[in-house]
Amino acid sequence: MVCSVSICAGEIFELKAELNSDKKEKKKEAVKKVIASMTVGKDVSALFPDVVNCMQTDNLELKKLVYLYLMNYAKSQPDMAIMAVNTFVKDCEDANPLIRALAVRTMGCIRVDKITEYLCEPLRKCLKDEDPYVRKTAAVCVAKLHDINAQLVEDQGFLDTLKDLISDSNPMVVANAVAALSEIAESHPNSNLLDLNPQSINKLLTALNECTEWGQIFILDCLANYTPRDDRESQSICERVTPRLSHANSAVVLSAVKVLMKFMEMLPKDLDYYSTLLKKLAPPLVTLLSAEPELQYVALRNINLIVQKRPEILKHEMKVFFVKYNDPIYVKLEKLDIMIRLASQANIAQVLAELKEYATEVDVDFVRKAVRAIGRCAIKVEQSAERCVSTLLDLIQTKVNYVVQEAIVVIKDIFRKYPNKYESVIATLCENLDSLDEPEARAAMIWIVGEYAERIDNADELLESFLEGFHDESTQVQLQLLTAIVKLFLKKPTETQELVQQVLSLATQDSDNPDLRDRGYIYWRLLSTDPVAAKEVVLAEKPLISEETDLIEPTLLEELICHIGTLASVYHKPPSAFVEGSRGVMHKRLPARTGSGESTESPDVGAAGGSAPEAAPSIIPSQGDLLGDLLNLDMAPPTTSGPPPPSTGMQMGGMDLLGGGLDSLVGISHSVDPYAMGAGFGAAPAVMPASLNAPVGGGLGDLFDLGGVGMPMGAYIPPKIVWLPAMKAKGLEISGTFARRAGVIQMELILTNKAMSVMTDFAIQFNRNSFGLAPAGPLQVLTPLGPNQTIEVSLPLSTVGPVMKMDPLNNLQVAVKNNIDVFYFSCQYPISMLFVEDGKMERQVFLATWKDIPNDNESQFQIKDCHLNSDAASSKLQGSNIFTIAKRTVEGQDMLYMSIKLSNGIWVLAELRVQAGNPNYTISLKCRAPEVSQCVFQCYEAVLKN
Amino acid sequence: MIGGLFIYNHKGEVLISRVYRDDIGRNAVDAFRVNVIHARQQVRSPVTNIARTSFFHVKRSNIWLAVVTKQNVNAAMVFEFLYKMCDVMASYFGKISEENIKNNFVLIYELLDEILDFGYPQNSETGSLKTFITQQGIKGQHQTKEEQSQITSQVTGQIGWRREGIKYRRNELFLDVLESVNLLMSPQGQVLSAHVSGRVVMKSYLSGMPECKFGMNDKIIIDKAGKGGVTNEAGKSTSGKQSIAIDDCTFNQCVRLSKFDSERSISFIPPDGEYELMRYRTTKDIILPFRVIPLVREVGRTKLEVKVVIKSNFKPSLLAQKIEVRIPTPLNTSGVQVICMKGKAKYKASENAIVWKIKRMAGMKESQISAEIELLPTNDKKKWARPPISMNFEVPFAPSGLKVRYLKVFESKLNYSDHDVIKWVRYIGRSGIYETRC
Repeated sequence: MVCSVSICAGEIFELKAELNSDKKEKKKEAVKKVIASMTVGKDVSALFPDVVNCMQTDNLELKKLVYLYLMNYAKSQPDMAIMAVNTFVKDCEDANPLIRALAVRTMGCIRVDKITEYLCEPLRKCLKDEDPYVRKTAAVCVAKLHDINAQLVEDQGFLDTLKDLISDSNPMVVANAVAALSEIAESHPNSNLLDLNPQSINKLLTALNECTEWGQIFILDCLANYTPRDDRESQSICERVTPRLSHANSAVVLSAVKVLMKFMEMLPKDLDYYSTLLKKLAPPLVTLLSAEPELQYVALRNINLIVQKRPEILKHEMKVFFVKYNDPIYVKLEKLDIMIRLASQANIAQVLAELKEYATEVDVDFVRKAVRAIGRCAIKVEQSAERCVSTLLDLIQTKVNYVVQEAIVVIKDIFRKYPNKYESVIATLCENLDSLDEPEARAAMIWIVGEYAERIDNADELLESFLEGFHDESTQVQLQLLTAIVKLFLKKPTETQELVQQVLSLATQDSDNPDLRDRGYIYWRLLSTDPVAAKEVVLAEKPLISEETDLIEPTLLEELICHIGTLASVYHKPPSAFVEGSRGVMHKRLPARTGSGESTESPDVGAAGGSAPEAAPSIIPSQGDLLGDLLNLDMAPPTTSGPPPPSTGMQMGGMDLLGGGLDSLVGISHSVDPYAMGAGFGAAPAVMPASLNAPVGGGLGDLFDLGGVGMPMGAYIPPKIVWLPAMKAKGLEISGTFARRAGVIQMELILTNKAMSVMTDFAIQFNRNSFGLAPAGPLQVLTPLGPNQTIEVSLPLSTVGPVMKMDPLNNLQVAVKNNIDVFYFSCQYPISMLFVEDGKMERQVFLATWKDIPNDNESQFQIKDCHLNSDAASSKLQGSNIFTIAKRTVEGQDMLYMSIKLSNGIWVLAELRVQAGNPNYTISLKCRAPEVSQCVFQCYEAVLKN
Repeated sequence: MIGGLFIYNHKGEVLISRVYRDDIGRNAVDAFRVNVIHARQQVRSPVTNIARTSFFHVKRSNIWLAVVTKQNVNAAMVFEFLYKMCDVMASYFGKISEENIKNNFVLIYELLDEILDFGYPQNSETGSLKTFITQQGIKGQHQTKEEQSQITSQVTGQIGWRREGIKYRRNELFLDVLESVNLLMSPQGQVLSAHVSGRVVMKSYLSGMPECKFGMNDKIIIDKAGKGGVTNEAGKSTSGKQSIAIDDCTFNQCVRLSKFDSERSISFIPPDGEYELMRYRTTKDIILPFRVIPLVREVGRTKLEVKVVIKSNFKPSLLAQKIEVRIPTPLNTSGVQVICMKGKAKYKASENAIVWKIKRMAGMKESQISAEIELLPTNDKKKWARPPISMNFEVPFAPSGLKVRYLKVFESKLNYSDHDVIKWVRYIGRSGIYETRC
């Protein structure tokens, strides 16, 4: 429908005549008519020269109208647009600041490449204009120009001028400069444009108090990108941001919340200020709920994230999320979501009473969600289970079709959580068999019949009745029916032989669905080869289901917390999922707290992993395995909204699935497990096709998740990553990193018990490795680790252990034992922790050694996008025991000569070339053992970039 | 940032379209019309994503305002901006209607050019906008240089909301405490949730650049003062409840937030004319002006008996006004007979409710209505959802218990003092969402 509205020639002709009229009023009226046609999408570009002719006027209103026209059509008539340049240049020198600003504002919107060059001079003047109104407009204009021609802006030095404006005396100029710089920086992710340091932060915080509400938003959003150096700085910023929580503008409040949520990560939890801050956050969040409904919606979507990250903030505020009869439906649904998250033993009675009320409302989606919520409450709060079940039964009695179906789906979950407790209701459920027409409800009912086949007299008849229309059922129901009949057969083999044969042949011979066929064959073979084993597999005890569902996967949650207030937080998707081009592709992360690991606190997503495409809407087993998946996980329909997986490289070594690590521990070289391999391939597409993920999706997704956490090589002291996920270790999760502190190498571990029982008797052992790393003492876990507890341990390491070359060189295989079992994992350490303190070589020795080492041993690397100057680089490297011995400057190029000594006495010599203004460094490494070069280079990169 | 802003009438015809970013094409205008305005089902979110383009919309009567973007914008800011835009337009030409928008489209474009630059909201204070966007085009030329720089310094300045050199013969202040009391009550009379959201609205006609300080019976302040040894015995004896706990408050941008954060004192240089100084919310010790006691009895399948009693719960000397009780009736109602002791009651079939209106009612009184509702027999299995009984009223006090303690005005440069300012204070309590389930 683009410009499809036609305009007749006569009309154009008439307008043309009027535009060229001598009378000012007539001219103005004509331009108005042109703009009106433009608005509704009529093509009036034919009038371009006539309209531009009206530009030279002293009537401000007319001028603005002409400018409006210009912005719209300049692009389609680039040659004629040049006609306008002169006027712009002239207007930029006008005595009236309003006119100067108008000119500079408009000319940035003329997106014609040819013109941009002419505009640089006027813009430069306006950036230094005496009037703040002109300066603030010029600041935004730089961003406009950058959008048209980034190179031009850089070449003309506008970026530096823009940076200077951050120190402007006028707060609004500061705010606009910040907004412009933030936008430009977003399209250059690695540039150092927004060079935030304590001084510039201080300036921003000062301007924050004085500028308009919108300016405050720009500044706060910019602040949120800063990472304070330590907890003290972070506290002082928090203190200065907190007053914004009382601003009338909700966006200011939310942006302030974002800054606080982010910087809070860095504060030690035992600090008094930390708890004060937590308390201060609740009231403003609640106040957002009395805003207009659209804002309430944005606020609720954000509160949903905040509640997942820090449930303690709003735990006493349940009542404010009660649904009002007149709330728009989008507000109602969001409130309900948060109510479920906040439900606890303390408030369950109230919540249940509310939910029961909601279940009688009109809106179908809302009612369904309310019914589902009742089930969630039963699972979450054990004391309330009985009441919830009876409420659900009451609802089933209403016979309202969708209520019944929804209730059956949640009752299935309740059965799994409390086995052998509420089976008495099965009879009531069976009465409603005929009214079930949704796949999820049918599958749930079939599961119940299969699971309790021994207590339902006519289980075979019931299942048989479903079998009649087997091919018309959805995959979910088919899979479930297959499993249920096999269960029935194992429980009552005599009467149901015929039935099981029937279903197996339906599944294997008559079906095109590979999942169904595969599962059919597995059962068939199991049953025919070893019925006892079949019983053990199919009727195995099921893992417990977790209390929380629909939790956002922790790394995504962290990213979304950094995007509070923005669209990403409304969609609950990272910006890369809905923003095109380079903008917003950068993944933001929360800062790590010094000395403790936030990652282990992340909500238990257990086995199925939030990023697994199947993200079960009803149940996630907390400790599933592939078998568990086979049995139970096909309940969940695959949802399409799975977040795209992070794209960091996979790390095969870290993923010993089925005991591959054991072999390598006893000396056989490490082999890549075929399962891990498969996972690598399987997880490649962003969203797996639905048919693929049903049986093994959980396991695969999780594996991939692990790979995405990031290489430990990221930093000098790399951020802690999960080495051993809970699902691989019967509930024990280990994450950690390596550090060198005061000459001692330390392995810093966080152990989290995600199982239901207490863990004791921890011990640790390393496999032989390249540099002889070995624990220097026992693993100090003195107190037993209770369920859901976390402990941080620091293990000093020595380098006198047995040596065996590993591939990669810095691979370390670890065994951890506790009272439950022995677990294996492997990780990679940054080689920089092996650099010893006395690694500074004498100059002469250096020269001699450099010459002595054959040139074949020299390797060259490039370090890209590093913006330090040579001195800063040198001092930064020194912190990691990389010593600069000499510096030479040749033709503007700094050459730094450095030496490193490894703990096993190997010397590495380096030559680092830094050219001023070029962010790419060249590094040459020489060493008698050239295999370490690659690792050393990685350290350089990690140290310089962090 | 904001990529563009469109205004549509109820039919989906574009009245205003202003695009700020190159990534937004003309087809976005149509995408919103087709997918949202003409959507077959009612839209279930104020944020819609169509083909990687996000649309934010609000509706004012039957006018749609939509912001469009392709970037990860600050969503809260977009909505705040849309509301602000509505306020600005309303203050320029009154009600936001199709006719008014069509008649003022040049003005709207001019405003949009000023308020948004490259999609970044700029100055949106009506007070200062009106000094230079006047729709009398020529004004720019007749201003003196001084006037021009005054405008720009005000627009960009620290006190963008007030211009210098305001003079009044009579310095006057009107202060309204407007509260809306919200209630959700169970049929048994149990308060499920209740809160007051209040606003302090001021009209100030003061000369110069006065510095104001506002004080109320905020519990934190009173307790602090009490501890400091300055006990106010007289204050304690006059009323049982002398201070209130404020859960949270937000302020107009003129209030110095850092000062409130550190000292909890509310000081500011006020805008000229009418503005909202603060909003607050309280949940404790709320005076619920009315209690609704419902009794619904189903007599067989075709008849309902409803009896509703309302009790007023405040000082007998005060009068509540504009009382309206709305009793929902089932969809299959065929006839209603009502008897009420006071006021007028009517069954409104189009609204599916009995509306009972009482002009005035004093405190500590009660009144009753009873109705017989005849129902058509239906075979609809689903039971009637029984929406809550809602109520509207207006009372001349603040249900939260908030009291204005002082409002001091200091203007050092001009020679008038706090005593010379004439101040008026008024309290109005209105019903917000005041519902009793039945």
